Amino acid sequence: MTIPQISIFLENKTGQLADITGILSDNQVNMRAINIAETADYGVLRLIVDDAAKASSILLEQGFILTMTPVVGVAVTDTPGSLSKVLGVISHAGISVEYMYSVFGQKDGRACLIFRVADTDGLSEILEKNGIGTITGEDLGLH
Amino acid sequence: MERYYQKEIETADREQILAWQNERLVKQVRHVWDNVPYYRAKMEEKGVAPEDIQSVADLHKLPFLTKDDLRDAYPYGLLAKPLKDCVRIQSTSGTTGRRVVAFYTQHDVDLWEDCCARAITAAGGTEEDVCQVCYGYGLFTGGPGLNGGSHKVGCLTLPMSSGNTDRQLQFMVDLEATILCCTPSYAAFLGESILERGMRDKIKLKAGIFGAEAWSEEMRQDIQNKLGIKAYDIYGLTETSGPGVAFECSEQTGMHINEDHFIAEIIDPDTGEVLPEGSKGELVFTAITKEAFPLLRYRTRDICVLTRGTCSCGRTHVKMSKPMGRSDDMLIVKGVNVFPSQIETVLLEQGYPANYQIIVDRVNNSDTIEVMVEMTPENFSDNLGKITAMEKDLVSALKAMLGIYAKVRLVAPKSITRSEGKAVRIIDKRKI
Repeated sequence: MTIPQISIFLENKTGQLADITGILSDNQVNMRAINIAETADYGVLRLIVDDAAKASSILLEQGFILTMTPVVGVAVTDTPGSLSKVLGVISHAGISVEYMYSVFGQKDGRACLIFRVADTDGLSEILEKNGIGTITGEDLGLH
Repeated sequence: MERYYQKEIETADREQILAWQNERLVKQVRHVWDNVPYYRAKMEEKGVAPEDIQSVADLHKLPFLTKDDLRDAYPYGLLAKPLKDCVRIQSTSGTTGRRVVAFYTQHDVDLWEDCCARAITAAGGTEEDVCQVCYGYGLFTGGPGLNGGSHKVGCLTLPMSSGNTDRQLQFMVDLEATILCCTPSYAAFLGESILERGMRDKIKLKAGIFGAEAWSEEMRQDIQNKLGIKAYDIYGLTETSGPGVAFECSEQTGMHINEDHFIAEIIDPDTGEVLPEGSKGELVFTAITKEAFPLLRYRTRDICVLTRGTCSCGRTHVKMSKPMGRSDDMLIVKGVNVFPSQIETVLLEQGYPANYQIIVDRVNNSDTIEVMVEMTPENFSDNLGKITAMEKDLVSALKAMLGIYAKVRLVAPKSITRSEGKAVRIIDKRKI
């Protein structure tokens, strides 16, 4: 099970981020997770929102450059070692993680993590096999 | 006391200079007609024969040569001597599309070095001097030209080439260099390094000969103050031999063109018409003594003014102002010729849109060049590593094309200024 992620090109200039969140806010799009990777001059803003189709079409209309990527969500108990266990499984399977970040808040007392890997189906399968359930868009309140 | 390297020539009266020019031009046109089919065809197309050129007054009848001709004729198309008679090539930095390869016989090298020797002597150089040449050696004309001139004057020559500031300063101090030859920006940089290291008392420099890039009067003052020297300008281009086509004298009010070797004209860059003396326009050179690569009416694209009058130094050769601009879109960055079209070619090859902006600046007396490129959906990825890898490839491709490092800045789409349909391609922030 994968979750749609929107990645947006950010030029490093004042107000870029505020422009994007402003557009989403005006259109009643709610953000569930946010992550930024940056160099000195530019960055990539990654978002999980409640309505990815709507958000991406609005941002494209506004001239932003973006791409949609499937990512895998995993819920872990909010206790020491739980993330380590998940990463151990992934690493043992020889899967390399391009990047990861966490979702706002908790789901049934568990923390939700987002993983970006080349083979999302492969990752879901390995996790399921090891008794680690992936979460769905529905779990995160996505439309 | 003003010194001259070739006093009789440098102070010859107007009639004498004109007599040399007339005689040499007629001979040169015949030499080119007989040996350069490329130029002969141009003359025939214009309906001009060697007999039509009897003196400098007829010069305007000859067709122009441009950088495009040099490209079309690359590499041997403008060569006027058999290769067995040639002893050297020099070349412009830059690229396949715009590369210039100039050939020299031993006679050509000698005359070129004479011109550089005149410049060094005008800057006060004698056989007592130690001349530190930190222009690049190799294909670039700066190092070899001044090196040869320094030998002719009899200076002890330090063939340092460019870079390695620590070594430059060590030799400057230990061998008590008195004359410095390099780009003005490197001279300013050396000046700062000397002050930072508290070495001002240890250097013996008295003069510097600086060229290959544009510099202002303010920069001259800055260099003179920092190094405690007199700073002289020198002009030249690979197409016409190299540095030494023109040089400054003690008056520092323009550069004397070596008129016994080059005939200078000022033309209207749009119509090609010769402009009256004192007009601002494009500088055109005709080389009248070169054997191997004798360009006739070569358009430099440099905009300047020629002035003829008596100079307090006693030299009689016409003076050119510092170039005030270009009649094409060529930029000179760190002494290297850069055309926007080269950058455009690289961008397209690398899968970027041809919408770009070039920003040239001078930071701490050193030129910087930045290329702003718009991100496209095709080049974008959620993986930052992929974007930075693409950016690195672009930087390498630009370096390979231009010969210098250009910073790349990826920007959001449609963020590059467009004015009235025509994009502003070049922003030159340098105050020159």
